[in-house]
Amino acid sequence: MMQRADRLRNFRAETIMPQTLFDKIWDSHLVARRADGRDLIYIDRHVLHELHAPHAFEQLQKQDRCVRRPDLTFSMQDHTVATKPGRDDTTNPSGAAFLQAMRDGSRRNGIRLFDIDDPEQGISHVVAPELGMVLPGATHAVPDSHASTVGGVGALAFGCGTSELAHILATQVMALRRPKSMLIRLEGLLAAHVTAKDVALRIIAELGVAGARGHVVEYAGSAVHAMPIESRMTLCNLNIEMGGRSGFVAPDERVFSWIADRPFVPTGAMWDRALAHWRTLKTDDGAEFDREHLLDCSTLEPQITWGTDPSQVIGISARVPDPVALDPSRRVAMESALGYMGLQPGMALAGLPVERVFIGSCTNSRLPDLKAAADVVRGRRVAEGVIAMVVPGSTSVKRAAEAAGLDRVFREAGFFWGESGCSMCAGGNGDRGEPGERCVSTTNRNFEHRQGRNVRTHLVSPETAAATAVVGRIADVRQLMAGQT
Amino acid sequence: MQPFAPHTGVAVPLIADDINTDQIAPVQSMRSLKPDYKALLFMRARRREDSSENPDFVLNQSQFREPGILVTGHNFGAGSSREAAVWAMLANNIRVIVAKSFADIYRENCLQNGLLPIVLEPSAAAAFAQRVISVNGAAPFTVDLRTQRISGPGGADISFDMPAADRMRLLEGLDDIGLSLQLADEIASWERRMATEQPWLQTAPDRRL
Repeated sequence: MMQRADRLRNFRAETIMPQTLFDKIWDSHLVARRADGRDLIYIDRHVLHELHAPHAFEQLQKQDRCVRRPDLTFSMQDHTVATKPGRDDTTNPSGAAFLQAMRDGSRRNGIRLFDIDDPEQGISHVVAPELGMVLPGATHAVPDSHASTVGGVGALAFGCGTSELAHILATQVMALRRPKSMLIRLEGLLAAHVTAKDVALRIIAELGVAGARGHVVEYAGSAVHAMPIESRMTLCNLNIEMGGRSGFVAPDERVFSWIADRPFVPTGAMWDRALAHWRTLKTDDGAEFDREHLLDCSTLEPQITWGTDPSQVIGISARVPDPVALDPSRRVAMESALGYMGLQPGMALAGLPVERVFIGSCTNSRLPDLKAAADVVRGRRVAEGVIAMVVPGSTSVKRAAEAAGLDRVFREAGFFWGESGCSMCAGGNGDRGEPGERCVSTTNRNFEHRQGRNVRTHLVSPETAAATAVVGRIADVRQLMAGQT
Repeated sequence: MQPFAPHTGVAVPLIADDINTDQIAPVQSMRSLKPDYKALLFMRARRREDSSENPDFVLNQSQFREPGILVTGHNFGAGSSREAAVWAMLANNIRVIVAKSFADIYRENCLQNGLLPIVLEPSAAAAFAQRVISVNGAAPFTVDLRTQRISGPGGADISFDMPAADRMRLLEGLDDIGLSLQLADEIASWERRMATEQPWLQTAPDRRL
């Protein structure tokens, strides 16, 4: 008897209904429907990190279960690693137990580990695409909410918790209810010094922190098409900040040349076959999405968060909004955010003194991010009283940046130049701000206390962060580069 | 996983939208593989800056010190996927959360741990929140997943929806891995088929080794 999943597949193939790319990837990874009605979706690549994997390893060991596909699974040390040059397990003592448990669990289960001293160690979301572990049209899972970063190469990625991580280790599938689909069309050319980060922040501002809940988002349009792959990753990285289940950009020739020759990418005849398949990975004309949203990017200016969630965003030349204009349910949250951030309605953010600047995280730590920041910093110095850090997203990025002399630009300007890891994004490695500091950061969450107790975080692009570091106040990078600051 | 039995407990009103997992289970400066999950729950909100107890925070108020049910707003559990934000609820005997909506990953984490995530449509949720605020912990509520009803002081029973699949999994306390492994043959056959159709997905060798 034909399996239900096969029947579904055949049904869709026989009908002429145009399909979204999400439909195509989902259907081609649909293994079966489980007894409780959930779809089993095969996970092509599973990447773990030391903050959550140890608990899952322990659970499997207790249940006497093994890892089904260690050959499709990779382990990273990223959340708890120290960034201090010459680091080892003892540099951040509170991470040591996690690093060791990750080593033990990975070895026991035959999973390749990129350890703290590996020349390719780094943030999982940076390393996986950089080494070619994730491929267009492939499914990917990480026990981390920013999994969809790799949507930039056209992969369908899901973040998950610890139990689901154990489930994937044991079965190589995720049991999911099919999400809805959403198209976000980004049209127009970005102005100088306006980046994918600014676009993403603007989208979250328009849709809200729950705006894409339950949806898989396809990002399309001329602005996306023009973006380098690293920028697409920044865009997809922030998808979770509006609650999206996943987000991706359909792969194009730019992706194919970007991934070619990376260590885990097929070569020879297999590459040719894969490439022929990848070129079919498009949303059909006339395919329907459950929701659509359009953003004109041509008029965007650099964006910055003023509040304590990533939807509280204004343009760098705009003023902090006034909660009085809002309905009561939003007003309370907004007044509380203003209080935490030490801001008044109607204020300009530009010009506000800062104590700390962080450039890094899975959002903005790839080589082009660091280059763009270095171009702003070159020939300038970090302002007096500002602690400024650059933490590359992977040890490979760090090496490439050093080969290009970027580390010198940053260090000579007075930046700390660190070893790769998640660092100040969530402060899980001890890199945190001091109470009350105002911190301009290229990360993804401006939640209260995330970067340290009472730290006031403003999310921005690497260029805006770099400009702020040298000016010592929240800065409009366009003015700095035009010599107007 | 423990099957979900009718749960009776004090309902705590924490009425706000977008409460995130950084708030529910904050990152601690000294991390441990086995933290005190009971103490972790809303740890920052519970303490003032001098680390004394914050009497204004709802879970510190005497009538809510032994909670059983949390009542909240939209998009509960946004942000990080950390499952500690569910384990911290269970460590405090909170086995039911009633919300206007949940963040996707948080809801999945609830189901994995036998924590019942109830969604009421906005007006019913607002009415229930008002009722819970008026009752103020004076008497407990009972949540029965079998009958899909919430009962308790201050009004009529409230019925709630739960997808049949999730309901069955919670009621029977089904082991999620076991449930999927009933289909191990289908997984193996998918792998065999894909090894032919898209072989680059079924193998991930490092070409340099």
